[in-house]
Amino acid sequence: MSTIKLTVNGKAVSAEVEDRTLLVHLLREHLNLTGTHVGCDTSQCGACVVHIDGRAVKSCTVLVGQANGANVTTIEGISKGDELHPMQAAFRDNHGLQCGYCTPGMIMSAIDIVNRHSGKLDEDTVRHELEGNICRCTGYHNIVKSVLDAANRMKVAQAAE
Amino acid sequence: MGVEGIGASVVRKEDRRFITGKGRYVDDIKLQGMTFAHFVRSPHAHAKVKGIDSSAAEKMPGVVAVLTGKQIVDDKVGNLICGWAIHSKDGTPMKMGAWPAMAPETVRFVGQAVAVVIAETKNQARDAAEAVVVDYEVLPAAADIRAAIKPGAPQLHPEAPGNVIYDWTIGEEAATDAAFKSAANVVSLDITNNRLVPNAMEPRAAIGEYNEAEEHFTLYTTSQNPHVARLVLSAFYNIAPEHKLRVVAPDVGGGFGSKIFIYPEEMVALWASKRTRRPVKWTGDRSEAFLTDAHGRDHLTKAEMAFDKDNKVTALRVKTYANLGAYMSLFSSSVPTYLYATLLSGQYNIPNIFAEVISVYTNTTPVDAYRGAGRPEASFVVERLMETAARQLKVDPTELRRKNFITAFPHQTPVIMAYDVGDFGASLDSAMKAIDYAGFAARKAKAKSEGKLRGIGVSCYIEACGIAPSKAVGSLGAGVGLWESAEVRVNPVGTIEILTGSHSHGQGHETTFCQLVAERLGVSISQVQIVHGDTDKVQFGMGTYGSRSAAVGLTAILKAMEKMEAKAKKIAAHQLEASENDIVIENGEFKVTGTDKSIALPMVALAAYTAHNLPDGMEPGLKESAFYDPTNFTFPAGAYICELEVDAGTGKTSFVNFVAADDFGRLINPMIVEGQVHGGLAQGIGQALLEGAVYDSSGQLVTASFMDYTMPRADDLPSFKLNHTTTLCPGNPLGVKGCGEAGAIGASAAVINAITDAIGNNKLEMPATPDRVWHAIHG
Repeated sequence: MSTIKLTVNGKAVSAEVEDRTLLVHLLREHLNLTGTHVGCDTSQCGACVVHIDGRAVKSCTVLVGQANGANVTTIEGISKGDELHPMQAAFRDNHGLQCGYCTPGMIMSAIDIVNRHSGKLDEDTVRHELEGNICRCTGYHNIVKSVLDAANRMKVAQAAE
Repeated sequence: MGVEGIGASVVRKEDRRFITGKGRYVDDIKLQGMTFAHFVRSPHAHAKVKGIDSSAAEKMPGVVAVLTGKQIVDDKVGNLICGWAIHSKDGTPMKMGAWPAMAPETVRFVGQAVAVVIAETKNQARDAAEAVVVDYEVLPAAADIRAAIKPGAPQLHPEAPGNVIYDWTIGEEAATDAAFKSAANVVSLDITNNRLVPNAMEPRAAIGEYNEAEEHFTLYTTSQNPHVARLVLSAFYNIAPEHKLRVVAPDVGGGFGSKIFIYPEEMVALWASKRTRRPVKWTGDRSEAFLTDAHGRDHLTKAEMAFDKDNKVTALRVKTYANLGAYMSLFSSSVPTYLYATLLSGQYNIPNIFAEVISVYTNTTPVDAYRGAGRPEASFVVERLMETAARQLKVDPTELRRKNFITAFPHQTPVIMAYDVGDFGASLDSAMKAIDYAGFAARKAKAKSEGKLRGIGVSCYIEACGIAPSKAVGSLGAGVGLWESAEVRVNPVGTIEILTGSHSHGQGHETTFCQLVAERLGVSISQVQIVHGDTDKVQFGMGTYGSRSAAVGLTAILKAMEKMEAKAKKIAAHQLEASENDIVIENGEFKVTGTDKSIALPMVALAAYTAHNLPDGMEPGLKESAFYDPTNFTFPAGAYICELEVDAGTGKTSFVNFVAADDFGRLINPMIVEGQVHGGLAQGIGQALLEGAVYDSSGQLVTASFMDYTMPRADDLPSFKLNHTTTLCPGNPLGVKGCGEAGAIGASAAVINAITDAIGNNKLEMPATPDRVWHAIHG
């Protein structure tokens, strides 16, 4: 057992957990942040993607010890009160989700994709970048549309700041 | 159409909880005192269980109980059943082998549970399961259809000699044979319809909770049809009578058929919660999903089509072997029979059809309905034959199809189905225009000059949806009725709750069902709440599968709405001192036509509940329910055309264009309909190019993870161009047909027709991986 201290969605948290605990299980089972999902056991599906220190990471592949002291953001931490993050709004407006299970991981990956490409994105790049996230419902058509739409919204939001 | 009424692309109400991480899936639920289950599963495809030693496991930290197959049988928990009776051509009933929830004596597929460990934590349960020692005597296995039907093959069940479950036929054999004898041309194909793993992104999960004082069970489960689960668990599995069992299916992360069935893990969670007097949660991991979720497809077919000298189809003859796996899953028997062979007429006027279907046991995961369920297999047979015939007869494939299209409705096929309406020519025209079919030859020539192999492939599918009517399916062997139920509750303040037996696990019912209410009453969808997925709340329901929720479920809501509106009009007329025949409902108000007199819905509702001033003899309240059973299936149909290029050097396929033209009747929410088509197309393309469950000869599933089984990813797929043509379904008042499965039904033939066109070799199996395509080009 170890004591883990980290920041999750801006709040300092600590937990006493088995050393083999994965970050996704810490989030879901100890911190009750159940928006981060588990869709596979081989780090393929991306339903568990969160941000660690601003970068998209599959939280099923991170031992809690590796996240000690880190700044973690989950799907629950990206909207500002009632105001949705532009990526969340774009997924809703473009029907980028159906069952919703892959959606939190998709959104967290997509934000990272837009950030890394400084707003310059095309369909091929989005499709290539999304290969670590599996969706079984949408055929990706509207997810790609959502990400491209959000990239524009985020550019506009940045310009306004 | 209002801004939120029928036909409007309203953004989904349910999305906010999903995009903010506030969905509530089964694994998100925590109960007081909850324990965790981990199953001990067979590593062998076929073996005798000679003994189980759980003594070491029982002493491990946190272990509450280790339970075995022998105990579940001793406790008289019933065997799993198949609920659709099929009879062989000799009149004998299908041969169903016993399937206990955990195997007490014999395991018949890798992954079958023999015991379960219940512990305080998930890790403790998993650790202790590793310590359970099972003594197996390994038996020879039959891992595929050919191995199972060979003389001397290993026998799975004593009930089924030769591993044959049934040998079933449909259509007129003699007339079909005669038509083949007099045919001008005959086209034949051997077709493998590859086995698929559904892989809904949320793995299955279940929580059983037993209340000792009330002798009452609650099951939280990943189900597409919680009432059916309760019915089966009560009537057949002896878990608890219906009034002592509540089944809740909260947010469910996709189903695609795989969450229709009642699985051993759900039975064990309930049973174990009574044994341990603790809530028991089981959450499957992806490896368990690959091994235990019912798989789809897996047919071997020989198909022949006869033509006269004018290229009119005169007959179709099909012989199919269907692999049902090691046990008969809940609706497995119906999939390769009544959901498959009844659609073999496709969109064509075929006077003679005869099909024989032989379903067999193998030492593999049970096979049952997966998106399309039988209809993709039928459509693939018909559309591959059509394309092959066009090449053999040297005519344009669209012209050959057009020549044989059914153009007069209703049309009775030789295989049960009576198509009610359609315009197949219109869909084909629409798709051809969208892809510039006329310009293809020039594009192919240009691609050739650049060293690329370009192909085009057409697929004109038809399906039977809105699974019902009960009388019809009952006569064909179904053990249940397939109507739907609904209840409309107008609250005293005028807000509305719609309780439905349909279940939404991605389909967007919480939005589309509200749109019907908005259309009829002129109220905002924000005033309406859809309640589903809980047997304690919803009176009854048959659930969501077979693209039935709009045609059957939404029509049930309409029927309940009509009853509610009739009563509300009486109340409004009474309040306004007018005749009820003069009352119309507009913008949330009840108006007296031709006057400025009106009363708002909330005031009518309040009057219904205060009951101070109701018409004489009227009961208080404003709540009505309905059960709706349609008179026919619905028949969505359409045309898909795929244009692609093959790299001859690598065998890799790249999409140039994929167009769809679907006729779903009236669209409730075009945005959601298109989303359904996109997803279906992805699964159809996945089957054609990427996906395939592979067993080795010993019965090990070698594609048992996302590392080994190729799920379609974003960069495997194109963006789609969707079009709609419309003939309204006459079988239901909304004119809807259903859209959930079309993509998966029609897409795979379009892709394979396109690749075989590109490479000039018609012999190509699915999935058409680069390796297979390369060999098809180079031999």
